[in-house]
Amino acid sequence: MNIIVCIKQVPAKDAPLAIAGNWIKESDIGFEMNEPDSYALEEALRLKEKHGGEVIALSMGPERVKQTIKEALAKGADRGIHVLDENFAQLDPLGSAKALAAAIRKEKADLVLTGLQSDDHGFGQTGVLLAGLLDLPHATIIMAIEVTDGKMTLKRELEAGWFQHIDCPLPAVLSIQSGINKVRYATLKIEKIYVPTKSKKTEFLTGSPKEVATKLVEKLKFEARVI
Amino acid sequence: MKILVVTELRQGKWNNASFETLAAAQQIAKDTSSAVSALVIGKSVVAFANELASKNVAEVLTVEHDLLEAYTPDGYCVALKQVVESAKPDLVLFPHTYQVRDFAPKLAAMLGKGMIGDCIGYRDESGKLVFVRQMFQGKTAADVTFTGAAPWFASFQSGAFRADLLVAHPSGKAPVNSVAVSLSAAQIRTQPLDLFKEAKSAVDLTQAPLIVAIGRGIKAPENIPQAEALAKALGGEIAASRPICDEGWLPMERQIGSSGQTVAPKLYLALGISGAIQHVVGMKGARTIVAINKDSNAPIFEIADYGVVGDIFEIMPALTEALEKAKTG
Repeated sequence: MNIIVCIKQVPAKDAPLAIAGNWIKESDIGFEMNEPDSYALEEALRLKEKHGGEVIALSMGPERVKQTIKEALAKGADRGIHVLDENFAQLDPLGSAKALAAAIRKEKADLVLTGLQSDDHGFGQTGVLLAGLLDLPHATIIMAIEVTDGKMTLKRELEAGWFQHIDCPLPAVLSIQSGINKVRYATLKIEKIYVPTKSKKTEFLTGSPKEVATKLVEKLKFEARVI
Repeated sequence: MKILVVTELRQGKWNNASFETLAAAQQIAKDTSSAVSALVIGKSVVAFANELASKNVAEVLTVEHDLLEAYTPDGYCVALKQVVESAKPDLVLFPHTYQVRDFAPKLAAMLGKGMIGDCIGYRDESGKLVFVRQMFQGKTAADVTFTGAAPWFASFQSGAFRADLLVAHPSGKAPVNSVAVSLSAAQIRTQPLDLFKEAKSAVDLTQAPLIVAIGRGIKAPENIPQAEALAKALGGEIAASRPICDEGWLPMERQIGSSGQTVAPKLYLALGISGAIQHVVGMKGARTIVAINKDSNAPIFEIADYGVVGDIFEIMPALTEALEKAKTG
């Protein structure tokens, strides 16, 4: 079973974000593998261990993305594909998906996996768009994959605690739920990004841990009256 | 402008996020002098269509087919593409549900369009609609616009608009029109099977008046007893954001957020939770929200009544002690 995993490199979770136009200043921050994608990679590696085949890590972005591809190789991916694009942050979801689809078409993949969404843009559309562009069946928010006789039975997470089993033929595109283990033809454009305005007034309590703890208990007891 | 709202049924009942999106559409229509059509899709949906017709909409569209009884992304895309082509809306709005995530971006792409998903608001800037969505897990907001021609596709995060602000139809009932679609079994490549729930959760957090919730800031499972001690001193339940349950540090049934439980306790104490929208939708109804986080820019402070910027590992034991003292004192 040959599996392509789409992996995005995103700013590190604790990176201080300095806004610059419609993206961020990249110079002083670290980058890491998008966490939801690491679940997709892990799932691909487990499927390979069970059914054989090859795992290809596919990533798009500037030079720095090579580091994330190397990380995937280090985890057990057999090959990496880097779609080199210095301005990938300016691509909209459809533009990104078109670039990834062009790379996927050159391979003979039985399965294409993505994470649920990226921790930066967070559109969560890549897997579904790839299915459309590649004309493959798809399913999203997948919690388990069983492969038997060339088809899959999937466990899909629904809302409010519900799940559903789905039969899905191969080849297919799946977006993996976390926890299971852009420029040409832009259709939309991020005009600017900014720190959201506060909708609620927060009273900040300051002092030593002991002081804030005492203050907070007083506030909760006598002001909010919730304890 | 013509706005089409695609509503959602979940196992024969409304997904209430549908009404929030319909309320959003009514507001956009008011701002932009537009007309709203509400669409309901499935098999035998007349009763639901009649309910939608009591709202202030220009018309209700029903899309019915035997093959639409159970949701499939292929079935919905094939059917709704035909509806968009015949009804010719300028703006197609969806509630940002798991189901919509599963098909709507592809539907838009089939028509050569992009979709702005997961919006939390909009602005009308002299005729140009600007959609607001979050980036970097809520640390920034982004204004996003469509660059090409209509139809435009967008979805609204649950909780972004209030369903109770829905305006009723002025004369009682909007016309209900059915839209015929052609759909064959061969076009549907995935087969939906059984629906099920995991083992019954032992705790019902929705009934807990006091909740202590932990996020990534807890760092390691061996630190959880500190938060549990605090919950015990408070007399509350322990809960968590999704990453903690994904890691298996707390059982899934203790998860708060869009994929977990939605709670509205008297007190919600968020420890090391950044406040990504997926978490916030599950707890923003709490009467009093206290946030303790080392990052003063964490979005959780947006909705907190009381905030402490600091190290939870210093504050948790101090707070536990202060609570114990308050009990005895």
